Amino acid sequence: MRTIQTEVLVIGGGATGAGIIRDLAMRGFDAILVEKRDLTHGTTGRYHGLLHSGGRYAVKDPKAAVECIEENRILRRIMPHCLEDTGGFFVVTPWDDPDFGDTFMEGCRNAGIPVEEISVAQMLREEPLLNPKISRCFRVPDAAADSFLATRLNAESARAYGARIWTYHEVRDLMMDGQRVIGAVCYDLVHDEEVRIYADMVVNAAGAWAGKIAAMAGLDVTITPGKGVMVAINHRVLNTVVNRCKMPSDGDIIVPIHTVAVIGTTDVKVSDPEHFAIEPWEVELMLDEGEKLVPGVKEMRILRAWAGVRPLYQETKAVDTRDITRAYTLLDHETRDGVSGIITMTGGKWTTYRQMAQVTVDRVCEKFGVQRECRTHLEPLPGAEQHGGYHWLGARFADVERRQAYGDLICECELATREDVERAILEGDAKAIDDIRRMVRLGMGPCQGGFCTFRAVGLLHRLRQPDVEEANAALRDFLQERWKGLLPILWGQQLRQERLDEFIYLSVLNVDHLPGPKATRLAPVMYDPPTGEAPQGRV
Amino acid sequence: MFVEQTLDNCIKCNICVTECPVAAVTDKFPGPKYEGPQAARFRQPNQPLTDWSVDYCSGCRVCNMVCPTGVRIAEINARARAEMVRKGAFGWRTRLRNNLLARSELLGKVGHPIAPLANALLQNPLGRLAAEMTLGIARHAPLPTFSRERFTAWYRAHQPANAPKGKVVYFHGCSTEYYEPRVGRAAVRVLEANGFDVIIPPQHCCGLPLLSNGEFDAARNYHRRNVNSLVEYARQGIPIVGTSTSCTLTLKEEAPELLDAFDEESRLVAERTFDLSEFLLNLHTRGELNTEFRSIDLRAVYHPPCQYRAHRVGRPSLELLRLIPGLDIVESHAACCGIAGTYGFKAEKYEIAMQVGQPLFDLVRATGGPIAICDSETCRWQITHGSGVPSVHPMELLALAYGYEPEGVLQQQTL
Ligand SMILES: Cc1cc2nc3c(=O)[nH]c(=O)nc-3n(C[C@H](O)[C@H](O)[C@H](O)COP(=O)(O)OP(=O)(O)OC[C@H]3O[C@@H](n4cnc5c(N)ncnc54)[C@H](O)[C@@H]3O)c2cc1C
Ligand code: SF4
Ligand code: SF4
Ligand code: SF4
Repeated sequence: MRTIQTEVLVIGGGATGAGIIRDLAMRGFDAILVEKRDLTHGTTGRYHGLLHSGGRYAVKDPKAAVECIEENRILRRIMPHCLEDTGGFFVVTPWDDPDFGDTFMEGCRNAGIPVEEISVAQMLREEPLLNPKISRCFRVPDAAADSFLATRLNAESARAYGARIWTYHEVRDLMMDGQRVIGAVCYDLVHDEEVRIYADMVVNAAGAWAGKIAAMAGLDVTITPGKGVMVAINHRVLNTVVNRCKMPSDGDIIVPIHTVAVIGTTDVKVSDPEHFAIEPWEVELMLDEGEKLVPGVKEMRILRAWAGVRPLYQETKAVDTRDITRAYTLLDHETRDGVSGIITMTGGKWTTYRQMAQVTVDRVCEKFGVQRECRTHLEPLPGAEQHGGYHWLGARFADVERRQAYGDLICECELATREDVERAILEGDAKAIDDIRRMVRLGMGPCQGGFCTFRAVGLLHRLRQPDVEEANAALRDFLQERWKGLLPILWGQQLRQERLDEFIYLSVLNVDHLPGPKATRLAPVMYDPPTGEAPQGRV
Repeated sequence: MFVEQTLDNCIKCNICVTECPVAAVTDKFPGPKYEGPQAARFRQPNQPLTDWSVDYCSGCRVCNMVCPTGVRIAEINARARAEMVRKGAFGWRTRLRNNLLARSELLGKVGHPIAPLANALLQNPLGRLAAEMTLGIARHAPLPTFSRERFTAWYRAHQPANAPKGKVVYFHGCSTEYYEPRVGRAAVRVLEANGFDVIIPPQHCCGLPLLSNGEFDAARNYHRRNVNSLVEYARQGIPIVGTSTSCTLTLKEEAPELLDAFDEESRLVAERTFDLSEFLLNLHTRGELNTEFRSIDLRAVYHPPCQYRAHRVGRPSLELLRLIPGLDIVESHAACCGIAGTYGFKAEKYEIAMQVGQPLFDLVRATGGPIAICDSETCRWQITHGSGVPSVHPMELLALAYGYEPEGVLQQQTL
């Protein structure tokens, strides 16, 4: 057992937690962040990939809309290299009320979101695959955002300011001294060891898990995990974010991000943020709705499906989770529950993570009785200056071409070179192959790890020298991780792919019977098997 | 978009990579899987230039042939090169060079009237050295010589035989017109021997060399004009045949696919277009081919050019040649002769092209016949250049077998 003392302990390594630890460190706090798996393991790593302009909330949730556009402007400044400036369309399809367009425009103007109606002809020139039956189109400053990179860079910046960030450290209990939280009991999954972290202040940024953390201090915080399913199309059918111009609903956005286009999403209440299923009707709904925007999309190759859970918080019990406000909430448990030493930041969106962090750390300063100004909106994230500008789709490819690095690709689909993977293992301190994936997109392309997993495991073995049995288990872990997102969409071209991957791993490499444990402690949590039932009111 | 959409079929099996003749000989070209279905996911029209290595794709289409899932790799590559051209990847010198090589019709029109002078220049080692240094046209590459008489001039003077079997349109292509009219004469004779009336409407370069140099706008222009000139015949159900396998492939599918020319007229022309051997073999299947062949005692390699294999019609020329008594044909299974249209003429690609063709050159030499046989003009020049053995079109042998006087290299053979 290890015992550590710090000023502030942040629980949760998603966008919010990483934003908070950076802000804390920049304001001179001694801080530690613990995350039970890898950074972005939670909702942040399973979201839709959209930097909101606020357009989506312009009519329904004006407060959220204003927050979005404010942060949209700031993030474009501090992390352009994590963003692709795709721009966004809100389109009125034959299934939508054409008059909503005017309401939408007004909502945008009120929230300060730049909006412009463009002709359908112009829209089709820019996005030829969009449904020609679309009747109106509005342009807003949406963008695509790489949350893996952004979160990692927040953490990197925090580290540079002296913070400590410990992944694979799961909070199992909160330590109390009377009505005061004095720290957390963590379990280090990698070293199979307990770690006690004493802190003057604990910040609960565990997203959809925040209720569980709060409960460890006997606090009643009701987070309704709202599950959202997303489906990735194998290539970029669109290069602009496209939203349906109507009240927010299921499957109404397609986001082009990196090499794929993602249709999303659903919203279904689940009882546990970690254990839920991807139901066939959800995948089908995504494709049906996607078809309305891009006719023919249903016949295209679907790469993968995944699901994340929204951390939706409301003091009173909610019925339909889509009606809960998306604006974030800071819970000061000292005033709310009479328990000091802990605050909870929950709700919100990826887009507003920085503002959420700022508000949180402002409160921390108050609690410590110090006055320190937030600078996270002023100082760019590491690499922004060198990179000079937004990310663009072809950047990685252009780089491989320029360096003639094509002979050295580990992941051929996503163009991760040996150098990239080695750096992820050594400098990025990847514990599992899945961590490498989050850093360099290994295994995220069409073959879903078919040709890169065995290479990556070879590199891991050479550089880290785990014993062979451990390496075998790491290989199995990652194959399982990829498999979990393939099961819900296993037909057509992707089925063909999986058949080949199956030959490679199960027949040629005999992966199931290689010596070693079946899985490691770091193995992925699989989705539950689908019930196959359609929910009420949906057939 | 049709072409790029096929990228979704790729299962990464690497079969194309193991078969691509260019990737096999140079590290400058990462191979079909990388350039085609993989790179295509990173390409986007309105972003800066990304590509370089794709320019080393020769366009031979071997990858398309072997891909088990139907990815149109070579076409994806061709379109990527067109984007490079559009985005200004090539300097003016390269553009000029590529256009010189690719505008075979223009070259023919300019060069033909001054054939003796042009030939002297083109075959002069000093002139060729200068052309390599200034333009990047490989000095050893097998440039053809202009013929004295244009094919169409011969045709106009030619007395047609009686034609009980109806009409056939002949698309002769640039090479027949300006360099090797004997191939056209053989085609006309073979068709006439089978009772057809051969029509030769006005026509232009099919545009393939431009397509494979990424010069899509110019190619579109040629294609349009050809379709306009041919569509009436197609409407009447008159077959359009060609002896240049690249011209017919272009009319059949390359131009429509690469240029997104999916209009009704292009489709009609495409549907009625056949390679001449394909057409004759169809006749034979119906028992309508004149098979009164005289014997030709000869052993020779037949190489089915890549462009021909891309027609996906089997090996019609081989089957026809095997009908000729005495002819002992050795079928080449070499992937490519290397030249791939204009590819092997480029200084930076000449060596690659020669290495690609080496197995074929070896086979031709080892077989030891007096000639080699191939349907595509540039391939014939390359085979001759690489092996030292003269090459002929299958129609030349068929014409000979029908009893016509031998021409060109066949004259010099003791047959
Ligand atoms: C389907 C879907 C699509 C979305 N799309 C968008 C979008 O396009 N744009 C946008 O702006 N927002 C989007 N959102 C919202 C956004 O993704 C989330 O609001 C945001 O990512 C939440 O970040 P977070 O850090 O608060 O939570 P999380 O990312 O969930 O982070 C919480 C972390 O806490 C960790 N944790 C939990 N328990 C413990 C423990 N006991 N010990 C240690 N660590 C623990 C978890 O592992 C997790 O990593 C979407 C949400 C969903 C569900
Ligand atoms: S067309 Fe030929 S050279 Fe180009 S990738 Fe295919 S096989 Fe290789
Ligand atoms: S042969 Fe076809 S399926 Fe196989 S890797 Fe090449 S393009 Fe992909
Ligand atoms: S491909 Fe045909 S028409 Fe085109 S240049 Fe060659 S011979 Fe001429």
